[in-house]
Amino acid sequence: MQFGIFTVSDVTPDPTTGRTPTEAERVKAMVTIAVKAEEVGLDVFATGEHHNPPFVMSSPTTYLGYVAAKTQKLLLSTSTTLITTNDPVKIAEDYAMLQHLADGRVDLMMGRGNTGPVYPWFGRDIRNGIPLAVENYALLRRLWTEDVVDWQGQFRTPLQGFTSVPRPLDGVPPFVWHGSIRSPQIAEQAAYYGDGFFSNHIFWPKEHTQRMVGLYRRRYEHYGHGSADQAIVGLGGQVFMRKNSQDAVNEFRPYFDSAPVYGQGPSLEEFSRETPLTVGSPQQIIERTLGFRDYVGDYQRQLFLLDHAGLPLKTVLEQLDLLGEEVVPVLRREFAALKPAHVPEAPTHGSRVAAAGGAMDATVRAVADDVTGQMRDEARSEDLEEVPTR
Amino acid sequence: MSTRTLAVVSGGLSNPSSTRLLADRLTAAAVQALRDRGEDATVETVELREHARDLADNLLTGFPNQSLRTAIETVTGADGLIAVTPIFSASYSGLFKTFFDVLEKDALTGKAVLLAATAGTARHSLALDHAMRPLFSYLRAVAVPTGVFAASEDWAGGGGVDRALADRIRRAAGELADVVAGRPGGSRPADPFADPTPFEELLQGGS
Repeated sequence: MQFGIFTVSDVTPDPTTGRTPTEAERVKAMVTIAVKAEEVGLDVFATGEHHNPPFVMSSPTTYLGYVAAKTQKLLLSTSTTLITTNDPVKIAEDYAMLQHLADGRVDLMMGRGNTGPVYPWFGRDIRNGIPLAVENYALLRRLWTEDVVDWQGQFRTPLQGFTSVPRPLDGVPPFVWHGSIRSPQIAEQAAYYGDGFFSNHIFWPKEHTQRMVGLYRRRYEHYGHGSADQAIVGLGGQVFMRKNSQDAVNEFRPYFDSAPVYGQGPSLEEFSRETPLTVGSPQQIIERTLGFRDYVGDYQRQLFLLDHAGLPLKTVLEQLDLLGEEVVPVLRREFAALKPAHVPEAPTHGSRVAAAGGAMDATVRAVADDVTGQMRDEARSEDLEEVPTR
Repeated sequence: MSTRTLAVVSGGLSNPSSTRLLADRLTAAAVQALRDRGEDATVETVELREHARDLADNLLTGFPNQSLRTAIETVTGADGLIAVTPIFSASYSGLFKTFFDVLEKDALTGKAVLLAATAGTARHSLALDHAMRPLFSYLRAVAVPTGVFAASEDWAGGGGVDRALADRIRRAAGELADVVAGRPGGSRPADPFADPTPFEELLQGGS
């Protein structure tokens, strides 16, 4: 099972001091946090994508490329990549490029984005959210799996003879998750393709997550990718911990009370009861997290939200120490002991390359190489002889 | 004889309230009217006052907490609804509106509803048809033709309820019972999680 953290990249005032970090501080803090995640033994770091204040992460692959250079093992992901307002051509190019730079330590999570005004800034309409997610993702898959794409759809300029470069590393595109808080269509989409499904989980009651994951698992089996309990599920989580439970509650309460998402509403205690939010000792975090399995089944990826609501960097790094030292090792052991052998781990670049029969160089030569003058067809036929069959 | 469920939403703020008093009169009359048509009825009442904070929380968090969830399921799962609000500033109360604001889209589609309101003066009576009825039209509920409005003076007649008010209650309850008894029982809105749109349809531009 993979453990990690995900950030929404909010630039929020610290309610205990009134101070708001600069964008420069926040961007560098997120690098420090990602590097620290690897240091404390986490597997995954995922970033959101936003194009409006108070968020700062408009350019995830620039950031993840930099993090890739500063880490060795950490799997870099997104939470989420906007499949509605981004051009799927640019997603195909950017994330294939990141794959090469990060030696395959990349996957990504598709999401729609729920901020209405963002859509028209990119020439889109939020009312087309689902059709955009469906059409754009279908195109993205073709761009990654077919060398030359002719394509026409409802939302984007047609493509004639288009090759997205670089081709995916080793001929294998990044694994894709689909994230949705409440749309059954997205669970259906993930199931149809046999992709992963990630439930945000943290803002809604568990009954809702259970319904979404249940639908995804049922349909994953329906589409013939495996049994329902072999579907690839990820969950969000939201924690704040201190050795002493009451210290955690006292320290986190001002951040909770003014948090942009739920602040001024229910109390910390009420929200903890209704959602997966857990504020307490490492042992309490462990028990609550193990309980997620009771309603979603054995799952493959657990991401925690740690660095939001104005929490200072120093505190976030302390949280990562606790998570890496006291929580995740126990969760790893306990979840592994519970998981039946036929339930797979989350796919990685390595496992996907192995499943494809080994790595292949997917390079596509230019139509007319201006050095050799070779035409594409000639170049390809020569290449093909050297490419292992799969 | 089958059993029908009636949900009652009462938006009164004081306890006891004239809104609840009217809701109880309407409920008793509706149960009797169903019995006259060969149907038993069970009644569950939602006092919105008890959910005032839950509703404010739902506006901010986007989901109903456990207590409010139970109330919502009571209303959306019922065969018929009796909705009663006090009139504030020429319309239904904010609390009453909030309850209907947080329901899922389509949650009340086709629901048989009896509309009723209370106020301090009869000069508010048109709020029933100018504010409340459009709200339920928007929700695609089936509101029966007779809405029942009770001002303070309506309670002053002999026997506690003015004769004209008693007649309106009986007529409205009869209309509600006609709709409820005329339908097959146990109808529920479609569950998109139980029965998703197949992906091939989504690929062809469906939603």
